Amino acid sequence: MLDDILKRSSPDWMDGSGPESDVVISSRIRLARNLKRYPFPHMMTRSSAEPLIAEVKAAVDALNQGGGWGSFEIEHMNDIPALERQVLTEKHLISPQHAQDPAGKAVILRDDEAVSIMVNEEDHLRIQCLFSGLQVQQAYVLANGVDDVLESFLDYAFSAQHGYLTACPTNVGTGMRASVMMHLPGLVATNQAGRVLQAIGKLGVAVRGLYGEGTEAGGNVFQVSNQITLGQAEAEVVNNLLGISGQIIEQERKARMLLVAQAREQLEDRVWRAYGVLRTARVLSSEEALRLWSEVRLGAEAGVIKGLSRKAINELLVVTRPAFLQNLEGREMSQGERDIKRAALVRDRLKTAGL
Amino acid sequence: MLCEECGKRPATVHVQKIVNGQKSESHLCQECATSKGELNIFLQPFSVNSLLSAMLGAEAADPRAIAVQKGARCSVCGLTYEDFARIGKLGCGNCYEAFQKPLEGLLRRIHGSDRHVGKVPAKGDQGAAARRHLDDLRAQLAGAIQAEEYEKAATIRDMIRDVEKTMR
Repeated sequence: MLDDILKRSSPDWMDGSGPESDVVISSRIRLARNLKRYPFPHMMTRSSAEPLIAEVKAAVDALNQGGGWGSFEIEHMNDIPALERQVLTEKHLISPQHAQDPAGKAVILRDDEAVSIMVNEEDHLRIQCLFSGLQVQQAYVLANGVDDVLESFLDYAFSAQHGYLTACPTNVGTGMRASVMMHLPGLVATNQAGRVLQAIGKLGVAVRGLYGEGTEAGGNVFQVSNQITLGQAEAEVVNNLLGISGQIIEQERKARMLLVAQAREQLEDRVWRAYGVLRTARVLSSEEALRLWSEVRLGAEAGVIKGLSRKAINELLVVTRPAFLQNLEGREMSQGERDIKRAALVRDRLKTAGL
Repeated sequence: MLCEECGKRPATVHVQKIVNGQKSESHLCQECATSKGELNIFLQPFSVNSLLSAMLGAEAADPRAIAVQKGARCSVCGLTYEDFARIGKLGCGNCYEAFQKPLEGLLRRIHGSDRHVGKVPAKGDQGAAARRHLDDLRAQLAGAIQAEEYEKAATIRDMIRDVEKTMR
């Protein structure tokens, strides 16, 4: 299963089929949970990590047999080579933090990548559900269900006063981080991104880059997520996020229409130039690929570039990531080799996309 | 507004820094912000944990709080409040109880609340759901009494008694 996941460039949650997919790439729910009888991961000794993972494994077996939850596999992070751990990070299945320092950590993956659970990251369990487009509610339903099954086998650390207890007080309570990954090239191009994001920042929502906490907004992709986990019920958080996302989506669409209406030739020029480079370049850096990807996606969504599917475009985002490339090739490559390989892969993908 | 670094491109990155109580603002274009490393504020070590430590530092300056914090230590994992203030992470579930007082203020600063109102595990702390229900009922009782709806109040009082019985 792990091999399939590592080589797959287009999981369902990235296939561009969900609602509002012109702007929203994916929705994510993450629940942080800890087991009662163990200290939090950063205080755990090597000897307590294994028993905890064994307990979690038993709960996962229950998920597999329980019927209807899908097929899950658990792996020790130590058993996964560094490059493959990187790929998992690039595919948004684990955090960058989890990929480093793999001792005493594990990961649980569902075969379709819609569910991934980190064991012993900052908390004992980080349950994550990913859905295509704007489907925060649906992601929550799945996460909630998986949480219930696990909870019936594990003893969670919970108190009536503080809710689900987490290592960091910023997560205590619902332990839930709901986020939406959006592509906002229109807002950036019309110099409104800063203003819009600043405004929503005042509404209890945080904005981060492509890979979450500690990353930059490459490719004009932004992750918007809730800040508050205590004093608000889960449904309220989800609704709040949906409301805010709705507003950002509307602003982004307006910005795109503005570009088409008032700067059509310039838009066509930059978008087609970007496409041209992707279609013919022989050397493509990670950063350039991301930048050009954003232009092409904007072009496709604005109706300037026709015939390129959303799935194919989203796929390019995954395929151009450095570790994914190397894993596909089956070996580590220097930056120069990667840049050449990336260009070849992109040319090939765009050719088969039929343009 | 033009970038204050190069003076050429429009300023799209607005950075407001508050370091040790000193506020500073800068308005930069994307390129200058990147080259000045301002966009790297997302990266470690300026992490949530550092922010928390800073907040806790401010918290600890309250003289009443200091009396509580001195020597405060979790009996289960051994973490001291000083440790927590330094690393920004608690040591185990029990820490929330051990440091309840100082955490109160911190949680309100972070979340605007210090009380959980969301999902409750099905088995785990079964008392929690019942207790919350009781709080709700008691609030309703108070409301009914104030509105002089004594019959309604009597009904609620009976409901409360029933719930309290199940909790024993």
